[in-house]
Amino acid sequence: MSSSILKLTIANVAKDLRLEWRSRDVYNSMVFFAVLVVVIFSFSFEPTSEESRHIAGGLFWVAFLFSTVVALNQSWARELRNGVLDAYRISPAPPEALFFGKVLGNFIFVTALECLMVPLFVVFYNLSSAGSLWQLLLILVLGTWALVITGTFFAVMSIRTRNRELMLPLLLIPLSIPAVVNMVKATSNVLTADFSAVPHIKFLAVYCVVFTTACFLLFETVLNAE
Amino acid sequence: MRQTHQARKDTDVTLSTHAPPVQVQNVSKIFGRTAALRNVSLELERGRFYVLRGENGAGKSTLMRIIAGLSHPTDGQVKIFGVNNREALARLGYMAHAPLVYDELSGMENLRFFARLYGITSDAPLEDAMRRVGLDPGLTRRVGQYSQGMRQRLSLARAIFHSPPLVLLDEPFSNVDPESASQIAQLLANMRSAGTTILLITHQLGLLANIADEFLFLSAGKLVSRSPAPPVHA
Repeated sequence: MSSSILKLTIANVAKDLRLEWRSRDVYNSMVFFAVLVVVIFSFSFEPTSEESRHIAGGLFWVAFLFSTVVALNQSWARELRNGVLDAYRISPAPPEALFFGKVLGNFIFVTALECLMVPLFVVFYNLSSAGSLWQLLLILVLGTWALVITGTFFAVMSIRTRNRELMLPLLLIPLSIPAVVNMVKATSNVLTADFSAVPHIKFLAVYCVVFTTACFLLFETVLNAE
Repeated sequence: MRQTHQARKDTDVTLSTHAPPVQVQNVSKIFGRTAALRNVSLELERGRFYVLRGENGAGKSTLMRIIAGLSHPTDGQVKIFGVNNREALARLGYMAHAPLVYDELSGMENLRFFARLYGITSDAPLEDAMRRVGLDPGLTRRVGQYSQGMRQRLSLARAIFHSPPLVLLDEPFSNVDPESASQIAQLLANMRSAGTTILLITHQLGLLANIADEFLFLSAGKLVSRSPAPPVHA
């Protein structure tokens, strides 16, 4: 990554964090949605500690998948307000800087949400991990990146469509299924320590590399499409 | 090899230096079954002030978006200073209907962000642009709290802070009070005198009576006239 792309990526992230700090558009809607999922499922199932270990991975990633969709719609919507995206498109700045700025910004928002939600999951589902914590941490990072990189890319594809809030999940969720399945299995395997999580972690790493490369290469075409 | 490369570089520079600011060649734009532009050809000269006129839906904004590189022509091509318009973005300033700024940031914060996209890190040209459009650079209020007229001025400042030699303005006087509109017109006149080529869409011809060099008239997607004075059928 050239130094100009890096500097502009940082400028984009700083701008997104400042906008979010002032508007709370993304974070409020994400937190509200994720808390609702955690609370409703905990009252619906009332699982024992052992059952929790088996289902928590699924609940956790489903909550984050849908919260991420909410966040991504909001984060691109602010670029459409007042037509700001056009100001970026007519500038000589490389489009990749906008893309990576958005990805990093969204990654920070979703990670901040996870920092808030993980303790809630532990409390509501009486969770404790039988496996290693560093593996859980790695799954969190890779899983979040997988959701955010594909989500940010498909969000920019759907922003100019009439039903963009419907279009994003329609595009994103089918493509995320392989990643989500591996996130859930890896998380459950670490929590229960029944099986190794390593093959699923490897899959997630490959998924992240492939989609980061593909999205990076295709972003400019998608940004300038009509 | 080195000499050949240098010679090619010099030729490129010469070409782009002497090339017209805008060359539109046989451009058509079709939206579904509607032809917004039909075989439009147009060449603008340096340092001149052009006003693009036409009834609603004539294709004025579409043509301007195509020149700016925001929309692709269905047919034909556009060159800016002799090169593809995507390669000449740094030499172009564009003001649209929408203000193209963030509501949550102040005027200067907006300009600082956009300036970074052009590789400008100093505040001096940004403060100068703010003053030229009649805004106080020290204003800390967020743009969301600006009046429509102030947004228009900020939008103009965003379009000109990098001193582009070609400026495209889509209805810069809308929502602006008459006094401010006169100030903006005077600013544009000064820019034209300094050698900037300006292409502007407006219905308020009175403001530009002594400033504009040429009037271009679009009708139903076709360029029907070019005249030094407002067309008779206006």
